[in-house]
Amino acid sequence: MASPRTLLDKIWDDHVVCTPPGELPLLYIDRHLVHEVTSPQAFEGLRLAGRRVRRPEATFATPDHNVPTSDRRLPIADPVSKQQIDTLRANCQEFGVRLFDLGDADQGIVHVIGPELGITQPGMTIVCGDSHTATHGALGALAFGIGTSEVEHVLATQTLRQAKPKSFEVRVNGRLAPGVTAKDLVLHIIGRLSTEGGTGYVIEYTGEGIRGLGMAERMTVCNMSIEAGARAGMIAPDATTFEYLRGRDFAPQDFERAVAAWEKLPSDPGATYDRVEVFSAADVVPQVTWGTNPAQVVGIDARVPDPGTFADPNEQSSATRALEYMGLTGGTPIIEIPLDRVFIGSCTNSRIEDLRAAARVVQGHRVAATVRAMVVPGSGRVKRQAEAEGLDHVFREAGFDWREAGCSMCLGMNPDTLSPGERCASTSNRNFEGRQGKGGRTHLVSPAMAAAAAVRGHFVDIRDWEYR
Amino acid sequence: MEPFTTHEGLVAPLDRANVDTDQIIPKQFLKRIERTGFGQFLFFDWRFLPDGSPNPAFELNRPEAADGTILLARRNFGCGSSREHAPWALADYGFRAVIAPTFADIFFNNCFQNGMVPVKLSEADVDELFRRSAAATAAGTRYRLRIDLRECTVTDDAGFSQTFTVDPFRRQCLLEGLDDIGLSLRHTDEIAVWEASHGLPPVHAG
Repeated sequence: MASPRTLLDKIWDDHVVCTPPGELPLLYIDRHLVHEVTSPQAFEGLRLAGRRVRRPEATFATPDHNVPTSDRRLPIADPVSKQQIDTLRANCQEFGVRLFDLGDADQGIVHVIGPELGITQPGMTIVCGDSHTATHGALGALAFGIGTSEVEHVLATQTLRQAKPKSFEVRVNGRLAPGVTAKDLVLHIIGRLSTEGGTGYVIEYTGEGIRGLGMAERMTVCNMSIEAGARAGMIAPDATTFEYLRGRDFAPQDFERAVAAWEKLPSDPGATYDRVEVFSAADVVPQVTWGTNPAQVVGIDARVPDPGTFADPNEQSSATRALEYMGLTGGTPIIEIPLDRVFIGSCTNSRIEDLRAAARVVQGHRVAATVRAMVVPGSGRVKRQAEAEGLDHVFREAGFDWREAGCSMCLGMNPDTLSPGERCASTSNRNFEGRQGKGGRTHLVSPAMAAAAAVRGHFVDIRDWEYR
Repeated sequence: MEPFTTHEGLVAPLDRANVDTDQIIPKQFLKRIERTGFGQFLFFDWRFLPDGSPNPAFELNRPEAADGTILLARRNFGCGSSREHAPWALADYGFRAVIAPTFADIFFNNCFQNGMVPVKLSEADVDELFRRSAAATAAGTRYRLRIDLRECTVTDDAGFSQTFTVDPFRRQCLLEGLDDIGLSLRHTDEIAVWEASHGLPPVHAG
C-alpha cells in the first residue's frame, strides 16, 4: 500500500520528467502563461540561441501589465509601453504562441483569463513570469511565478529545474461571518504568518472555511500566497471547481473523464504536511493594511499600531519606516483614515463576483466629493458580464470611472497611478512603497470595504453598512 | 553566464528587512525589452531625490557603500514581484553577491541565473557583519569580505569565517557558468517520453 500523499505530492510525482544524477529534477510544465513585461528578454534569448518554443499550444499570452485602461481605440501614448506590447505581438507571431491581444474580446489580466477560459485545470503545473501565478492553484493546480530566465527555459524545454518545495497546510475551521470576505481571510492569514512565513513552502488551504468559498474567492486566497512568501497556494478540486470549469472554452472535451481523474487529486486521508497552521474563520474581521507590506494589517475595529509594541527589532524598524512613509501615527483608529483614491481591480479582486460585491455596496450611494474612484475589470469577459448586469451603471452613477481590462493601478505601470502623498483604498495585493505610484500610500482591503470607503471618504466597517 | 568561483570585494550595508523587488527596481523601468542597463535604475525611488540628485540619506549613496560589490541586508530580501529585473539591476550596478539571513524564493532562484550568489547566513552572523562593517566605517576604512563558492565560505581578514549552503547543482552551474537550457536540452528524449506517456502528440524536430 502506497503511503498517503498530499495534493502537492500527487501533482509533483506526476510531473517529474527525470532527476539526472547531481542535478535538480526537471519538472514538466503543462501550461505557460506569458505577458508583455517579463517575456521579451526570454524570446530574445531563444532567438539568439536559435531555439524554438517546444509546445506553442501549451503557451498562452496576453498583454496586461502595461496596457492603458482608457479608450482602447486610441493609440498607446507611451512609446516604451507600446514597444513592449508590439514586441509581445511580434514574438507570439514568430514563435506560434496564442495571443489574446489588446482589442481581443478575451484580453485581460493573465490570472483572470487563465481560469476564465478553462486554460487552468486541476492537476496541472502552471507557470508564468509573475508572482501572482499562485492564483491558479485555486483550481487544484500547482502554479507559481518564475523569473525571465526560467520563462526562457520553459519556452525552450517545457520543463523547469525545481527542487521539491515543502508542504504547508493552512486549515481554516468554521465559516466566515457575513461581510467578511476571502480577501479579509487571506490578509488575516498573512498577518499571522508574516511576509516570509511561507518561504520554501507550497500552501494547501483546507478546512470548512475554504470549502465554503466560491471559485473567485478561492482565487483571491491563493493569489496572495506569495505575500506570505509561499510561491504557490492550492486548494483541492471539488464539485465547486468542476462546475466552474464545465463548458469553458479550453475545458477538456471529455469532461466527465477529466473529472474522474481530478477526483483523485485531493490529499489522501492521513497525508502529512511539513507544517500545519490552523485558523478559525470566526476570528476574521474586515482587514485593512496600515503599513508597507501586506503583513502589516489589522482589523477595521483596530487602531494603527505603535511601533514600540513590536518585540522584534526588525519589525519595529519596519513599522517606524512604514508609518513615516504612510503618513500615519500609531494609535489612530483605522476608521478615521481619510482617502483620496479608491481602486477596485487587480488579479486579486477584479472578477465578476468582486464587482458585484462592490456594486451592491455602492448602489444608491455617491462617491465622496474628496475621493476619485475607479473600477478596472479583470478581463474583457468580466467587463461585458458586468455591463450585461448593469453594474457599470451602478458604478458610473455613483461617480466611479469604469475602465478597460488590465493590471492598471495595482502596479501603476500604465498611466493609472497615485500621485505622491495620495492615499488609496485598493483591492490589489501589494502595499509596498511606491507600488501604485511614487509616494503613493496604499491600504489593501476587500472590494466591499473599498466601495464603502469610496462612499464615505474614509474607512468604515462594512458589517454596519446600510445597503440600499 | 559569467562564472562565479571566488569574489573579494567591498561590503555595502543596507540595514533593512523585507526589501522588496519593487524597491530594487521600480515598475517604471520594467518597460524596457533589454536585459542590460538596469543598474542606473537600481533602488531608484530610494536612491534619488525628486530633482534627480542622489539622496544622501540612502544607504548606498553613503561613502561606506561606495563601490561595494557585496550587498549586506536583512531578512526576506527580494520579496514580492518575480521580476528578474531585480537581479539584473543589482548585477549591472556591480554586485556579485547578496548576503542576508533569508531570501524570497523567486529572487533567490533568479540570482543564480545571473552569475550572482545569494548567501544565506544566520541572523547572528549577519548582525556580526553589520557590526564589523560599522566598525570599519568608524575607523575610517572599508570592510571587505571574500566569498568562495568552491568552499562555500564567507571570510574576512579579521577572523570571520562562516560556511553557507547552496544547492549543489546551482553551485556547479555558477562555478562553470553553464547554460541551464543547454543542460536541460540534453534530456529532450526523457521529455519526449514523458509527453508520450501523458498522451501528448510528439514534437517535430525543427
